[in-house]
Amino acid sequence: MNDQWTDRLSEYVDGELANGERTALEAHLATCAACRATVEDLRKVVGRARALDDRAPKADLWPGVAKRIGAGKVVEIRSRRFSFNVPQLIAASIALVLLSGGGVWMALNQRAPVRFTTGPSRPGNERTVAYWTGRTDAAIADLQEDLQRNESRLDTATVRVVRENLALIDRAIGQARAALDADPGNAYLNLHLADTMRRKLELLRRINAIATAQS
Amino acid sequence: MPRQVLEVTLTADSVAADAALAASGDATAFERLYRAHVARVHSLVRRMLDADEADDLTQDVFVRAWDKLSTFRGESAFGTWLHRLAINVVLARRKTLGVERARFHTGENPLEGVSGRRVTPEIAMDFEEALANLPDGARQVFVLHDVEGYRHEEIARMLGVVPGTSKSQLHHARMALRRYLDR
Repeated sequence: MNDQWTDRLSEYVDGELANGERTALEAHLATCAACRATVEDLRKVVGRARALDDRAPKADLWPGVAKRIGAGKVVEIRSRRFSFNVPQLIAASIALVLLSGGGVWMALNQRAPVRFTTGPSRPGNERTVAYWTGRTDAAIADLQEDLQRNESRLDTATVRVVRENLALIDRAIGQARAALDADPGNAYLNLHLADTMRRKLELLRRINAIATAQS
Repeated sequence: MPRQVLEVTLTADSVAADAALAASGDATAFERLYRAHVARVHSLVRRMLDADEADDLTQDVFVRAWDKLSTFRGESAFGTWLHRLAINVVLARRKTLGVERARFHTGENPLEGVSGRRVTPEIAMDFEEALANLPDGARQVFVLHDVEGYRHEEIARMLGVVPGTSKSQLHHARMALRRYLDR
């Protein structure tokens, strides 16, 4: 074994040696069976490491996690496979939007001041949001043009569900914008508007991707 | 769309939806995320630290994830976010244990002298067990580099060492582990 090179063999295996060093080491390897064997072993170790299987803990740790996060009653979950069709996925996305949209309704309808943990109203938030939403509006417009071109690749039921739910999201965005007009510095409303627009972007991207993949 | 690609897409979507639901306080959605990711998190923790701490640390990771879900904005996959959070929990635990630099090993055979025993071919030990018996520094570098795919510069930042130390520890770990390739 050549000690000059032994400690550099891992770097050689990882392709981290400079050209000159690599050339010199390869010349050495041509004459040193021991180093060649070590290089081979090191490659196998790397391969073995990458192939290690992840193993679940022997005990179910969820009850402990549930207790610490205050999840209450622990429900046993059977092994199952997630499988949704496109309309179901869209519905799930919309459910999330409407869920968070409940916060807007509260903000608009509560008589007492509403305190949100996301932060107090701060002057200047509206400038940031105006910048962000302006960029997002442009991205959404592009994606909607794409969707118009791609709609013919989707089945009629899916197109109908997509249109209905985009309309729902647009109403949520409209509500958030109206609320922000009344309270431009409200941190929660800013966050909600940004989040709702982000979800619309994601939905448009997803539907366009599915439509393109089906072509 | 090919069925396999569609299933991967839908699985990613369901994880993203569960992450959003969990962030809004849905513990049932969070349990689904736990079930989907616990094996990976537990394996990472077990390999980076002692096996008898793995269960507790894994729970800590998921409790921390629950607390920090509001900061997950979906720019990366949830699994990537959780994995990085798990590494942060492990590194914090490692600091608590005060093991960072003191136990970095520079010897020829890192498996010798561990737990007061000399490792010989006669001792039956599979690859995972041999990995668990490496000194902390060599083991953590090996796991981060060869198992998890981080670069030396990233590992050096995480562990508070220079990249050269990371390379040296990795080589020592590999040289020790090559004896256990067939087990």
